[in-house]
Amino acid sequence: MRIQVDAEKCQGHNRCYALAPELFDVDDYGNAVVIGDGTVSPELIERAKLAVANCPEFAITLSE
Amino acid sequence: MTVYEPPVSIYGPVQDWATDFDHADPEYNRNAHRIWAELRGTCPVAHSDRYGGTWLPVTHETVREIAYDTENFTSRAVVVSTVVPEDPAPIGGAPPITSDPPFHHDARRLLLPPFSPKKIAEWEDEVRILCRALLDRMEAKIAAGERVDAAIDYAQHIPVNVISRMLGFPLEDDDLFRQFVHDILESINGDPEERIRSFERIDAYLLAQIEDHRANPRDDLTSYLMDVEMYGQKLPDNMVGGVILLLLVAGIDTTWSAIGSSIWHLATHDDDRRRLVADASLMTTAIEEFLRAYAPVTMARLVAQDHDFHGCPMKKDEWVLLPFPAANLDPSEFPDADRVLIDRQENRHAAFGLGIHRCLGSNLARLELRVAVEEFIARFPEFVIDGSDDDVVWSVGQIRGPRQLPVQVLRS
Repeated sequence: MRIQVDAEKCQGHNRCYALAPELFDVDDYGNAVVIGDGTVSPELIERAKLAVANCPEFAITLSE
Repeated sequence: MTVYEPPVSIYGPVQDWATDFDHADPEYNRNAHRIWAELRGTCPVAHSDRYGGTWLPVTHETVREIAYDTENFTSRAVVVSTVVPEDPAPIGGAPPITSDPPFHHDARRLLLPPFSPKKIAEWEDEVRILCRALLDRMEAKIAAGERVDAAIDYAQHIPVNVISRMLGFPLEDDDLFRQFVHDILESINGDPEERIRSFERIDAYLLAQIEDHRANPRDDLTSYLMDVEMYGQKLPDNMVGGVILLLLVAGIDTTWSAIGSSIWHLATHDDDRRRLVADASLMTTAIEEFLRAYAPVTMARLVAQDHDFHGCPMKKDEWVLLPFPAANLDPSEFPDADRVLIDRQENRHAAFGLGIHRCLGSNLARLELRVAVEEFIARFPEFVIDGSDDDVVWSVGQIRGPRQLPVQVLRS
């Protein structure tokens, strides 16, 4: 599974960074970026789903 | 601290919440959850003739749609009142909250770095020390047999202190800053002339602070704003003043209200309070749930051009309230929307707004709210409202939270 942040939609709410800091970082402006290539290891899939479900801007997607 | 008094209205009491609503009527914020629920079922976009015409959408869908639509709705004025500011779009009087694209983006970029999560995290120790000092004072009052108030003795002091430090403003002017906030955000349906005079008083104060920083530059946000360049030029003093006004106003009673509402919930819900005291791992979801259920901020827009919105004939320069707390309580978006579930896992709430105007200070607000609640329940694990819920006084206007919250500490 891979996680992606749509930079056009992200407004810097930082919910993903708070919920899954293993998967997301924030830049100097507070906008979210995925760590590495966004590959989600099996033990972090639940966290990734939480990040998707808590993003107010629907900016995060989890895909195969 | 003077006892809180609601401002005097030029309109009189509300006759009907669907056709004559007024968010500055003291009954509005006190009964907001019931009013929004009733409107959601009967009149999802209400209209009132007050303030020259005001619309009130209460569903998540309509609030979200307006928040994202910067063509039909302008942010050049964001506080519904009897006075429409003359500052034109796209800059407005307090950028970037009063700005529209494309200027908004560039102004906001100047302010995002000092409010990024990593920069704000550096303030945690100071916020904690401040909270503990306030709790020490509350304990001393209790020991002396005096009554204590979680809004007046605690919540209202936290954000004003932090933002004053960030701006490099005199900490002892905190009563004055709360007065500014009251004048701008609560005295909205009073005499327009008096409102204009209050803005002049605030402008004069801010310009004096800018002059002081010009004479004595220091490492704070005010000096940063005076030094930073946009489009190759420093910001004019009136823009620096406008940005500072935004930070001061938006940074004070919003978070104070969120802290107060969260403590109100814990004072009135013994099970939730005991669960949270016993299990600190619930704090993250609890804070987000308090933000959802008691989101303090309703934003506003002006209609930019005549257009039809879901069958509503919106006219240029009418006001539109954006009640993010009402959107957060919409059952079509949140299961069990009317229940406060402190372990809610999926919580896509819009307490800090949606779209390009996401609250610039959201990281600071979250930090202050979390630390304030952590410290309060650590010191006072058992407390209830001192008296009845009628003894709790809620704010009026677009920011909702308790202004008086008498609490009785049962065990500390």
